[in-house]
Amino acid sequence: MKKLLLGNEAVALGAYEAGVKVASAYPGTPSTEITESISKYDGIYTEWAPNEKVALEVALGASIAGARAMACMKHVGLNVAADPLFTSSYTGINGGLVIVVADDPGMHSSQNEQDSRFYGRAAHIPVLEPSDSQEAKDFTKLAFEISEAFDTPVMLRMTTRVSHSRSLVEPGERMDCGLKSYEKDADKYVMMPAMARARRAILVEREKKLQEYSENADLNKIEYNDRSIGIIAAGGAYNYAKEAAPGASFFKLGLVWPLPQELIKNFAVSVERLFVVEELETFIEDYIKTLGVEVFGKEYFPKIGELSYEMVARGLKAAGVKHEILNLAFENSIEVKASSIPSRPPALCPGCPHRGVYHVLKKLNLTVTGDIGCYTLGALPPLSSMDTCICMGASIGNAHGMEKARGEDASVKTVAVIGDSTFIHSGITGLIDVVYNNGAATVIILDNSTTGMTGHQEHPATGFNIKGEPANRINLEKLCEVVGVRRVRVEDPFDLEKFERAVREEISSREPSVIIARRPCALLKRNRSKNPPYYVNTDTCIACGTCLEMGCPAITNTDVVSIDESMCAGCGLCAAVCPTESIARGDMHG
Amino acid sequence: MADTGILIVGVGGQGTLLSSRILGEVALYSGFDVKVSEVHGMAQRGGSVVTHVRFGKRVYSPLVGIGQADFILAFEKLEALRWAGYLKKGGMIIANARQIPPIPVTLGLQKYPEDIDGILSGAATTHMVDASKIASDCGSPRSVNMVLLGVLASRLDFEKELWLKVIRETVPQNTVEINTEAFSRGYEFLQG
Ligand SMILES: Cc1ncc(C[n+]2csc(CCOP(=O)(O)OP(=O)(O)O)c2C)c(N)n1
Repeated sequence: MKKLLLGNEAVALGAYEAGVKVASAYPGTPSTEITESISKYDGIYTEWAPNEKVALEVALGASIAGARAMACMKHVGLNVAADPLFTSSYTGINGGLVIVVADDPGMHSSQNEQDSRFYGRAAHIPVLEPSDSQEAKDFTKLAFEISEAFDTPVMLRMTTRVSHSRSLVEPGERMDCGLKSYEKDADKYVMMPAMARARRAILVEREKKLQEYSENADLNKIEYNDRSIGIIAAGGAYNYAKEAAPGASFFKLGLVWPLPQELIKNFAVSVERLFVVEELETFIEDYIKTLGVEVFGKEYFPKIGELSYEMVARGLKAAGVKHEILNLAFENSIEVKASSIPSRPPALCPGCPHRGVYHVLKKLNLTVTGDIGCYTLGALPPLSSMDTCICMGASIGNAHGMEKARGEDASVKTVAVIGDSTFIHSGITGLIDVVYNNGAATVIILDNSTTGMTGHQEHPATGFNIKGEPANRINLEKLCEVVGVRRVRVEDPFDLEKFERAVREEISSREPSVIIARRPCALLKRNRSKNPPYYVNTDTCIACGTCLEMGCPAITNTDVVSIDESMCAGCGLCAAVCPTESIARGDMHG
Repeated sequence: MADTGILIVGVGGQGTLLSSRILGEVALYSGFDVKVSEVHGMAQRGGSVVTHVRFGKRVYSPLVGIGQADFILAFEKLEALRWAGYLKKGGMIIANARQIPPIPVTLGLQKYPEDIDGILSGAATTHMVDASKIASDCGSPRSVNMVLLGVLASRLDFEKELWLKVIRETVPQNTVEINTEAFSRGYEFLQG
């Protein structure tokens, strides 16, 4: 019986059926559910690694040892893992090695919109791109076969809509592929210049063979229909194109690197006009142009963000494609006469411990170098307390750089904020830089004891592993001390007065300091001790708006200021800032 | 049933995903090709969320595009307005009468539109449902999603028994009774 699976769950099922033995990953939307889902299967060792580089190194180690192995990450995670990626292409593999990378066109949950296909090309490894969950499963299995047949890591490129859409999947059996024997082979696995030079030549040969493979692979399919236009597309973009131009001829690519030159040329001459429909960069389009083939693409379709069927249909219509083969349903939508629709940005949850920190930072009017996680939401009004957010771990280096550029006066007005998971991921190296180079940065580690933003994954400082079993817990205080920070303190971000005092003291100290703002995420099941909700006493409330400045979604002021009891987490921060003492806990109301 | 597109919209954390899961399973049991596109990640923190459900003989895009929605099922009124333009002519809006002001509105930076009911009714067949109240009457304010799903179900050609079967299979065991009750109250809402 077919199952309705997320693309990510289908990749996990594919890994299971392919006999994968080791999977390592660091969470990141839209890739997270792949690894969460793998961890539920028996017979696969699954772990959260501290970051993507380590995850890929673990997977590569397992592959060299003879097991089928996998590493999963979001697109920006591949930047972190790029170092082992490029050289793993040189060493090749022993057991099949697949790297799953999920891109995020439209930046639903990301800080940039990079296109991972370029990494595949740059590293000279094949890239497969599924368009639905069944393909996600099938391509995952195929990726392992290709990996072993060609002695290469293989990239499986997902995108948000393929990762997070459910469609039908036919489950199969797990194959037992055992362990391949491991033999020491320095020429293959020790990449010193002499060996790497030899491997470089092998890699170029391998890419030629993969190129030939692409000309014959079942992964690439031609569907002839009306031949006035032919569309080349892959992955999610294929779905939009198919929907937009049901009558057109299609060349659907499953292997997006290397690309099948001959098939593309043949397809081009068998249709009157050739289009490429792809999300993000002109990856396929540019390649086809280098073949000297006339092709249309981004002049008709957006280069930025996600595509949709209507964008593709509009583009094709503008290109003069005959209407009979297009789907113009968008012309038949209702008209809505609304003047302006207020935006609804995400916000820190009711009861979020980060709120206390930002309240204090805002009050002290500090320059805050920020980082990535739920706490990045502190950059939005009303808290508006973040000056930078670049990539995971950047906050500490940024603060140090600001200090070195602007001197001590800037340093006493600057703090870095970084989440606990992010600190372990890549913040610790920044802190080492501060200590080593005589900085005086103040770093606030927002320790909510989980990886919040991506949906509550464990990490090395939570004390649990991916399966929720007890694990060795990295002690953040000790970690900071041991790299040489002498001023390390743990504070409760809900104790606003004490927290403010701590920040004041640490920013004025002339040496590196770390404040660990410790309080578990309000959504964490194992820590949830829900307090009764708070109420506003409207008799004494003067509607000054101080509580609204906390940016809590549970507080509204539609007619009067009130707290939605179904949303209130009972943290009491609003009561703490209320100047007229008009907010009190429900069970303390007279 | 012809190819059908349904947008389930609301505020992150309202439980839209469970409704789309159930709808998707019902369509699957009925032999359709199904695609459901969910929102995971940042928007789940109280942002505007939309889940796309499509079923038919063969579904390509997982997204309900502009002019492809037969129904918009809104867990919050403003969100109904935000996505209304996706509805095809002749489509239907089913919306929770509840208002959840977004933070920019609470801060006085933007305004919550006044006559949403009027605007929507002027544009398409619209049913406003006091789903939050019905859910509370059933004993669980959190079963709003089942009430609204019930209203939608009463407009689709699947057997009520099938819906109940899938709900029983999907929701936690100790909440089956409340959820099926909330669903049934929704199912009867438009028959009245
Ligand atoms: C290199 C990289 N990997 C993964 C992500 C996805 N991601 C964004 S924030 C985050 C972790 C957030 O956890 P934490 O630092 O503990 O902060 P919290 O969300 O709990 O406040 C992750 C994994 C990313 N943006 N960049």
